Order: sequence, then structure tokens, then C-alpha cells
Amino acid sequence: MIELRNVRKVFNEGRPDELTAVDGVSLAIAPRTVTVLRGPSGSGKTSLLSLIGAMARPTSGRIVVDGREITSLPERFLTDVRRRTFGFVFQQGNLVRGVTTLENVMLPAYPLGEPRPALLARARGLLEMLDLGHRLRSRAEWLSGGEAQRAAIARALVNAPKVIIADEPTAHLDTKLTREFMEIVARLKAEGKTIVIASHDPIVCDDPVVDRAVGMRDGRLDGDGA
Amino acid sequence: MRTWLERQRYVVDFTLSSLARRKGKNLALLAVYALVVFSLASVLFFAHALRHESRAVLRDAPELLVQRVVAGRHDLLPQAWVATVAGIRGVSGARGRLWGYYFDPPSRANYTVMVPERFWGAKGQLVIGAGVARARGAAPGDQFPLKAADGTYLTLVVREVIPAESELVSADLLLVGEEDFRTLFDVAPGTFTDVAVSVRNAKEVQTVAGKVTRLLPSARPITRSEIVRTYDSILDWRSGLVVVVLAGALLAFVIVAWDKASGLSAEEKREIGILKAIGWETSDVLLMKVWEGAVVSLAAFAVGVLGAYAHVFLGDVALLAPVLRGWSTLYPAFRLVPSVDPYQVATLFFLTVVPYTVATVVPCWRAATIDPDSVMRT
Repeated sequence: MIELRNVRKVFNEGRPDELTAVDGVSLAIAPRTVTVLRGPSGSGKTSLLSLIGAMARPTSGRIVVDGREITSLPERFLTDVRRRTFGFVFQQGNLVRGVTTLENVMLPAYPLGEPRPALLARARGLLEMLDLGHRLRSRAEWLSGGEAQRAAIARALVNAPKVIIADEPTAHLDTKLTREFMEIVARLKAEGKTIVIASHDPIVCDDPVVDRAVGMRDGRLDGDGA
Repeated sequence: MRTWLERQRYVVDFTLSSLARRKGKNLALLAVYALVVFSLASVLFFAHALRHESRAVLRDAPELLVQRVVAGRHDLLPQAWVATVAGIRGVSGARGRLWGYYFDPPSRANYTVMVPERFWGAKGQLVIGAGVARARGAAPGDQFPLKAADGTYLTLVVREVIPAESELVSADLLLVGEEDFRTLFDVAPGTFTDVAVSVRNAKEVQTVAGKVTRLLPSARPITRSEIVRTYDSILDWRSGLVVVVLAGALLAFVIVAWDKASGLSAEEKREIGILKAIGWETSDVLLMKVWEGAVVSLAAFAVGVLGAYAHVFLGDVALLAPVLRGWSTLYPAFRLVPSVDPYQVATLFFLTVVPYTVATVVPCWRAATIDPDSVMRT
């Protein structure tokens, strides 16, 4: 269970270009559900997503993950929570260029120092599950848009997180690939993952696997998010 | 511990693949870096080996030399001086020596002419150094004319050429008999160039030197340690001169390296952002950068030092010989005995590897402390 209590995120606080990206949001996300944050560009979806995923700290308010308040944790502990609890899929895929797909998938696990054979087997397994078994040795920049997105999903899953956070994951995908992505989301949900997606793509928002779509505008939730 | 090791291994693997991605740039940097280390190490190795060599040669030199000084200049001394010095308590032996310099117009070189003990009674013959043999195209059995002090020619027969192993000190040597020496330079019988003194107890050398000046007020005693010091300072001076010249190159490299190491490209910054976003801590990113700096500088250090070793001890020091070797027209051809001072290698290490690694890490500090969500906002 992830709970946000009256969370605010202000960028450049006290300066002329101050911007309130998230304004007093309270939201509860149940485990093993798919939640979509829906709204136009600049509505605060990505900022809210990065707060949920412990990538950034709120300016005020509290965030509780599995009963543990993470807002005030020092960076090291916050990183640890992020690494073990959340897996991230970014808008651009954000794979590291010049290294292989397999190594890209293994990257999030490097700081944990687990034995190599186990990590290799898991990364291969994930890539095969996502139909990328034939692309293990391909460099990231050689992958097509859909392949890069699936590789990014494999990377998000490598540390076996409970929660997958995806920011506009279908922004660069066509309809067919978007539907394939939602099929993967359904599979992950069936495996017991909690999924939070920021998207304004109707195919994503209206997909039957989505348990809840939360609207956002000007940093606030449309209606009651709790 | 195992986890820690695995973590290091993963980071090193990733660092190596990162370096391989920017192959051209990193190889060029490595080449320049290795060249700088190579130049500095060559000078240090060569100067050290020469110093080592000269000490080895001087180990067999007499503990004390006594010269006569007239009007502030070195002059010949009478036979009586040898007996006086030999009579001093603590002296185990004193021998009058004959040596001098001969300018040879055909080869336009100065030769050192000596009368060694084993050659004292020889007549009409001489032994020449390898440098002299090369300059005059002389071989054993050849006639070797020398212009004597009275303008006539003294023709000697070459008995042998000194083997090249000892060429550092023998390249320009002519060994002749006593009588031929006196004829050549018009040195009167019963006079000598200096006195070589053996002292029983090495700790008494200074005391004996003091006694010599008391008994023979115009004498100048020179101890072996003074000669060693003179050689050392000549070599230090020469190598210092080369290092100063190289300092310009070193400075240029430092500027290039600093620029390369400190200027993170947009691609590198993006990569750091991704790593942070997928769960790397600031310390993990810095660890990667430490390894990156260390791999480049250690590789350059190893290549530079091994190259310098080969250049100095296996090659013939082609690049430095004209500056550091040879104190006359004849350059001795010789191979140095490998001798490396670990202290010098350590100094070179701390002057090259450490600053480069630091230069790589420091600018990453700022990039590594960016918020991981910056990747989501770009």
C-alpha cells in the first residue's frame, strides 16, 4: 500500500520562477492494482510519479510505503527503498547507449553485488519473457522503439520490485505496440505487481486491466483521489 | 565481503565497457598520457642507472687521492710526496699515478691517457678504449701515431681494444707505459700526476686527509665520497635540466587531461542521470568514475614505465643519450645494468596517477548528486 498525505512539490521555491507541480495531493494506491494518472502535459503527473517512486522528496506532506514513512529518510536509505521497491519505465526508454540490452537490464542490480550467474539468469529470463531473447547482445541503440520499451520493462523488473512506475510508456509507440505493452501490464498485475502509470493515452486509460484512472490538472487531483 | 567484491567487479566491468564506447577519445588520451610518463620515467631511470653505474665503477677507486696545487692549479708532484704519504699512520699503500688528456686532431676528440699499474713497464704499445678505436678506425696490431709535446710523432702499436662492457668509463681511454707517457707529455722522471692512497680503515679517510694537508701544505686531498658526490650532482643537474624541459609538456598534458576529465559531456551527464534513476547511489556513480580514472591512468602509467624501462635498459636510450650521456666528443656505447629506484617509481605514480584520478572524480561529484528524477523531467 502506498499512501500520499497532502503532498506538495514546489520547484525553485522562493524564486521568481517558482512552480508548484504537485499541490496538496492525497492518494492511496492499493497493492496488486493498476492505477493510471491521467491529465494534460504540465498537469503534474510526472512529478507525482517521481514522488511516489521515491525519486524526489516532497516539499511538504508525507508518503508512506508499506507502513513506512519514507519522506524523511536520508538519501542512502531512500535509494535502497527505491531500488528494492520500485522499478521504473521512462518515457524514452532511457537505456544506456553503447552497452548491450542484457547489460542494460542488469544495471540496476550492480550496486547490490549479487552473484553474477544468478543475475545473468534472471536478466536473460526477463528478456526472453518479453520476447527479446534474440536481442541479448544487441546494443541499446540498435533496438526498435517497441524493443527498447520492452528492454526498459525488463530493466524495471530485474530487482523484483513490488511496484512498477511507468511515465508515459507508450508516448513513442504505435497502437499495436501500445496494446502489447498493456498485455505485459496485465501479466505483471497477474503476478502480483502494483503498477502506477502516468499517461494521457486513451488506449492505456481505457484498458480493462486498469483498476483506477486518476485525473490531474494544475498539480491537483480531479475529484477525490483517496 | 563477497557482495563488496561482486559490486566492485560489476562496476569495473561497466567502467571498461564505458571506456570502450568512447574508444578513440580514450585511446588518444592514453597515448599522450603514456608518452608523458615514458619521457619522465626514461630520464629518472637513466639518471639513476648512470648514478648506480658510476658508483659501481668508483667502488674500486682509491679511498683518497692526493694532488699538488700550484697557484690554485693542479700540478705534477715529486716522488718524495709518495713516500711521505705512504709513511702516514693508517695508510696501507700509496702509489704515484700518471694520467692526462690528449687532444687528437684527426678525430677532434680528447682522450684520457693513463698508465695503469699492470702496464707500467710496457713500451711501444698501447691499449685503446672502444670509442677511440671507432674514432680512429684502429684495431689490434695497427700503428697508432700520437703527437708528442716536442712536436715529433710517437708511434705505438695497438695491443688490444678494451671490451665494450666497461665502455662507460673506458670509451676515451689510452693506456700506455710509463716511459711512453713521459715522452708524450714531456713529464720529467720522478714526477707524478697524483698519488692514489689506500686507507686501512674507511672511517679514518678524513683523518688521513687532514694529516696529508698538515705534512704537505700545497696538497689537495680528494676523497672517494667527494668524487661520488660530484658525479651525483652532475647527473642530478643534467636530469633536472631535462625534467624542466619536459615540465612544459607535462603542464600541457595536465591542461588537456583536466579539460577532458572535468568536462562531462551531455551524454555522460544523461548516463549518470539514468544510473541514479534506476537505483545507483551517488557513491556508486563516484566509484565508477574512480575506476574510470584509475583504469586510464594505471594503463598509461604501466605502458609509460615499461616503455621507459625498455628504452633505457634494452634499447640504447636513443632519445636521451645526447643530453644525459657523454662528457666528451666520444659517446660511449654501452648497455646499462637495470637498476630502478622504487622511491622514484612511487613518486612518479603519485605525480601522475593520483592527480588524474582526482581530476576525473571531482567534476562528477556535482553530476552524481543530481536528483534522480531529473531523467524523468528531461
